[in-house]
Amino acid sequence: MPEQKVVEPEELLLKAPREKKFITGSQAFAEAVKRANVDIAIAYPITPQSETMHLVGDLYAQGYVKDYYRAEEEYGTMSAIAGAVRGGARAFSATSGPGLLRGLEAIVSWPGHRIPVVLGVMTRVVNAPLSIQPDNVEIAYLLHSGLVVLHAENQQDVFDFTLAGFPISEKVDVYLPVVVATEGFFVTHAKGYVELPPEDMKLPPRDPYKAPVPPTDCEIPPARIQRDAPVQKSNFMSYLIHAVWQQEVWSANRRAMKWIYHYLGGPIEVVNPDAEVFIVASGCAAAQGREAQRYAELEGLPVGLIKVKALRPFPEKEIREALKNAKAVIVPEHNIVGWLAKEVKAAIPNGGIVVDGPRVYGGMTLPVELIMDEVYKALGIKKEKTLA
Amino acid sequence: MGLEYVKISPGFEKYMPRDYVDLVQFGQFGKQIDVMQMGQFKELVEEHPMCAGCYMAYFIRVFYAALPNPEDTIVLGTAGCARLALSQAAVPFIYGNYGDTNAVASGLKRALSIRFPDKVKDVVVMAGDGGLMDIGFGMTMHSWFRREKFTTIMVDNEVYGNTGGQESGMSPKGIQLKMAPTGKKFDKINAVELAQVAGCVYVAKISPTNPKRIAKTIKRAILAAREFGPTFIHAYTSCNIEYSIPTREVLADARNREKQDFKFYEWMTDEVKEYLEEIERKEKEKAKEEVGQ
Ligand SMILES: Cc1ncc(C[n+]2csc(CCOP(=O)(O)OP(=O)(O)O)c2C)c(N)n1
Ligand code: SF4
Repeated sequence: MPEQKVVEPEELLLKAPREKKFITGSQAFAEAVKRANVDIAIAYPITPQSETMHLVGDLYAQGYVKDYYRAEEEYGTMSAIAGAVRGGARAFSATSGPGLLRGLEAIVSWPGHRIPVVLGVMTRVVNAPLSIQPDNVEIAYLLHSGLVVLHAENQQDVFDFTLAGFPISEKVDVYLPVVVATEGFFVTHAKGYVELPPEDMKLPPRDPYKAPVPPTDCEIPPARIQRDAPVQKSNFMSYLIHAVWQQEVWSANRRAMKWIYHYLGGPIEVVNPDAEVFIVASGCAAAQGREAQRYAELEGLPVGLIKVKALRPFPEKEIREALKNAKAVIVPEHNIVGWLAKEVKAAIPNGGIVVDGPRVYGGMTLPVELIMDEVYKALGIKKEKTLA
Repeated sequence: MGLEYVKISPGFEKYMPRDYVDLVQFGQFGKQIDVMQMGQFKELVEEHPMCAGCYMAYFIRVFYAALPNPEDTIVLGTAGCARLALSQAAVPFIYGNYGDTNAVASGLKRALSIRFPDKVKDVVVMAGDGGLMDIGFGMTMHSWFRREKFTTIMVDNEVYGNTGGQESGMSPKGIQLKMAPTGKKFDKINAVELAQVAGCVYVAKISPTNPKRIAKTIKRAILAAREFGPTFIHAYTSCNIEYSIPTREVLADARNREKQDFKFYEWMTDEVKEYLEEIERKEKEKAKEEVGQ
């Protein structure tokens, strides 16, 4: 392991020279952890996530991570993460589908406990019949729990979102967990080009005292932390405290937006802003949307793409602005419920122009043809089902 | 808190809450207190909303008085009655999801060891029989298998007190409780034996009738956990509400159980034994010297 010098996140993420490598999504997660000055990583295997945490284990063996263990199961993993982060450590874990659901009670309590941590979610089918293939229905509940949720399209995003996730989660005005979701296999087990900053640089260590909720480490007053713990006193007070606290969690979530601009150039990417028809997509669906947009351009059709990088905070304002002249909006997704289509519909005044789909699930790939069919329909073009 | 964090800056005493000033002046931070003096010093837990006459509440009071290092101790609890008092004490308290104590404590203890390799920070889990032996069973066991260096104290009221009296794995066989309408079908789980087999280095079973003995057991468990690995105390702390034990009879009940199935039991590894005996011998010598002076 090379000697690593501590540099500011701006240096590491935005200024440092980058070198192009051809790596898998799992490797991209590990490359980010390598430069993130992580104190502890806690792992529990589940396909297609395991490989990432194997690689992080190797980083521990090499000295990049200070502590690492294979926990008993996901509930134990996510609870232990809560303990480690409350003790002031910087932590990382990752999971997939059923593992995410098993750890869910612990995970969704992180925002309320103000746990700054980065969790990789490599999406996988959760409902029966069994499949280990990608399907991102699991993201739906995460959107309602106060976490910052970033959805990576490819290996480069995985690296950038994960590394940026640490400073974003630890900003005193945010102080929330950051989920970096991506499609299992399609991204984790496939190689792509990733521009990487040097490996002899790392983020500054976490400073747990820069916190709205101090760490529980017996290093700071007051002694009687919860002397009149109102939550324990009466149901009325407990409702009130919960309500106020949840509002603060969601305000903090919105405050993450400026840091998403700062480190990741904003929550959305717009291709062909003057188009009439837009494909709005996140994660792998955005990659297919990108292809569809390129085909449309070859055919001279007025089609644009909005890639949604941040699902929470949701870029409502940005999407509304980008779609203000749109005639139709196509939302391709890798799940049966269409959570993104619902969000987009709710974000714009004329939600009726949103096309719910196309959708694939259970691990199927999303053919560009399916998106093109919707494009032709939206533009009133009658076409053969095959591409020219 | 670490002693230096507890201290009040000179000149600020009169602006600090009286409660805090009393804690610093007349409390047990930085001192070793004799539990027999309970009621004569500012205790770490005073108010709590547990039922009047609850024997678990009494045990918790003695527990705080017995802490070897209260200014550097973190207590973890979970859903259940104990957390009602634990959360009101002058010791940092972590409350997670139901049953997750030993997983949270694992992460916490490891984080503290990374951040403060040269300081003693004690982590203690105090949770109910349901929290540790039912819903949190896997996490309890695995923290022991992994030899995590913290103490687990099970306050066993043989029932789910907080949700209104359902049977637990620790309820006695045959007893009729809510959700066991025809009586519990299997024996009380042998938690002490499990702890021994699972890798705890110090294990005790106690019916808390004698405060001096409770204090000694708690101190031993915490000191051993610091150096060697997981430690476990199984304490009978009756629920006078669900078992209809009149308040004035809770002590008699505890004594009775002590004669039956909660006879004091203590087991430790040889190295723990040697270590504790050495500490206790030194303490005795010091006490003698002080008397002699
Ligand atoms: C996931 C989950 N399931 C169930 C509950 C409800 N619950 C709260 S306390 C409790 C039982 C407490 O029993 P025990 O752990 O024995 O502690 P006691 O109250 O008896 O001290 C239960 C089932 C919960 N809080 N969370
Ligand atoms: S319900 Fe039972 S264990 Fe709980 S506080 Fe009341 S008496 Fe104590």
